[in-house]
Amino acid sequence: MDAVTNLLLGFSVALTPINLFWCLVGVVLGTAVGVLPGLGPAATIAMLLPLTLKMDHTTAIIALAGIFYGARYGGSTTSILLNMPGESSSVATCLDGHQMARNGRAGAALGISAIASFIAGTVGVLGLMLIAPPLARFGLRFAPPEYFALMALGLTMVVFLAGESMIKALLALFVGLWLATIGTDLFTAESRFTFGQAKLLGGVDFVAATVGIFAVAEVLINLEARGGAEVLKVPPGLKNLLPTLQDLRDCRFAFVNGSVIGFVVGALPGAGATVASFLSYGLEKAVSRHPEKFGTGVVEGVAAPEGANNADAGGALVPLLTLGIPGGNTTAILLGGLILWGYRPGPLLIQEHPELFWGLVASMYVGNLLLLVLNLPLVPLFAQILRLPNYMLLPFILGISAVGVYSVNNSLFDVWLMALFGLLGYVMRKLDFPPAALILGLVLGDIIERALRQSLMMSQGDLSIFVTRPISATLLLIAVVLLCLPAVRRVRAWRIAAVEREA
Amino acid sequence: MSKEQSTAIAAGCLALFGIYVVYGGSQLAYVDEVGPGPGFFPIWIGVGLVLFGAYQMLSSQAAMRRIRGGFTIWSGSGRALGGWVGFALAIALFRWIGFTVSLVLLTMFLLVALERRSLPQALVVGAILAAIFHLLFVIALGVALPAGPWGF
Repeated sequence: MDAVTNLLLGFSVALTPINLFWCLVGVVLGTAVGVLPGLGPAATIAMLLPLTLKMDHTTAIIALAGIFYGARYGGSTTSILLNMPGESSSVATCLDGHQMARNGRAGAALGISAIASFIAGTVGVLGLMLIAPPLARFGLRFAPPEYFALMALGLTMVVFLAGESMIKALLALFVGLWLATIGTDLFTAESRFTFGQAKLLGGVDFVAATVGIFAVAEVLINLEARGGAEVLKVPPGLKNLLPTLQDLRDCRFAFVNGSVIGFVVGALPGAGATVASFLSYGLEKAVSRHPEKFGTGVVEGVAAPEGANNADAGGALVPLLTLGIPGGNTTAILLGGLILWGYRPGPLLIQEHPELFWGLVASMYVGNLLLLVLNLPLVPLFAQILRLPNYMLLPFILGISAVGVYSVNNSLFDVWLMALFGLLGYVMRKLDFPPAALILGLVLGDIIERALRQSLMMSQGDLSIFVTRPISATLLLIAVVLLCLPAVRRVRAWRIAAVEREA
Repeated sequence: MSKEQSTAIAAGCLALFGIYVVYGGSQLAYVDEVGPGPGFFPIWIGVGLVLFGAYQMLSSQAAMRRIRGGFTIWSGSGRALGGWVGFALAIALFRWIGFTVSLVLLTMFLLVALERRSLPQALVVGAILAAIFHLLFVIALGVALPAGPWGF
């Protein structure tokens, strides 16, 4: 009953003309960004974050979340028409989606992808609505030691952000933690690592760092590449985009599979939409009556991964909004945005700002519907974005990044900082240091230091405070287990290799 | 330069940087009357940077010996760094000639020098982008962007 009342409150927020407008802007922009292979939702949200500072915060989160889940819809367009995923989460869609397009069924592939995205996206929001509040109520029992343990658990998410090397991720995380120490100390007001710059007394500007590391670095990576690719044509007319009844019947299980796997995997921090889409594709193939046809252009091979990567968006918001733990690049930036707007993401968020949480939930229902309505007739139009030349797009992104960062504090210093972070982000990408780990350290560094020092003040320097309190001890235990996972995997692989060598 | 070589150098730099962070942290109080001081957290961050940086450097060197050779990862970086330098120059010019004209010059630089487009085409694209930015941010949203001597 509570959920219904709260949802009604949410709809009263989401359906105001201004929120409806920004929801539409968010999802359209998200779709466009998803279509463009060179630009991801993380970079776009980072780029636009400064422009949201003057907006109502609920409106801002509605718009930014629209970009987040809208990009999942758009990502399939390039996978199907170009065999080039707009987002990493759409890689699995290439397998059968592009084959369907090659077989002359591009319209049906795009149509089923939009329908699966709508169903699974809506199921994902339903899951968020039902699971987030009880989880947040549990989090209300937290004091500084529990917060420290929770943030330590948040930092261990670096395990999942790590690509090929855990150590590289840890190095990036520590650089982020160091960046968070720059400025005036929270307790003694002493300045730390400010290099004599008065402008650093307030700390490193999160927006400058994020825009630099994601948006500017993305432009630099794109500047390296040359040449284009062949885009398959979308047949004109809405009729050609609607899948047949047989297609829908074939996809019954794929819709359920994509929705459930996407939400569950999305709620697990770090797993992400890419894992969800491949898992869902694998399961669909495993239970299929004709697994041999997968990869040749079967409609379930599009519906399952597309559903999963959309349900993931709802799942990914669960740890973010209830515990303040981001599970990936985009949610790390959204977390930074919430902090920037003056919120304290964590268990109290839903209780203290119900209009924000429930407004967002309701807007996601509306957004998913808008995406379905827009995507079916407008797919050919979105496909045209692929013809936009890089030489127009890249200076536009640089310009918007500079304007965004400058407009926060009217400070050219911040714009310089952004440029330097752009270079750092570029080098990190080249050397496979995960940029999201650095952002995780920067966002959580301040909070974890405060919680640690408050806890040690409470216990008069006794570290056992973290292990004698049950919630804190459990969270720290989970954090330790997560940190040890890569080592366990490595030992297991080494043992298997040794056994094989002996055999 | 191969990825392993570059990683080894970057990790070495981070380890050295960690020593600096430990030094910087040690200049601040490690503990004070009420608990951990402002130097507590940075010192442990520095220690982490030194340890992980050194480990990464050694493991990258080991990988270099294993792989021998390896292909360069910096082949397209000249263009990227050229773009970054152009962007940095444009930021430096914001104060003197304003955002709008700097954006036109940046666009022209990217198009002519990196994309090998003609000067008139670059000028047209630059002018269109600058007009969009001026209309959207300065006029519609009222953002006070750095202006040149001509008022925009």
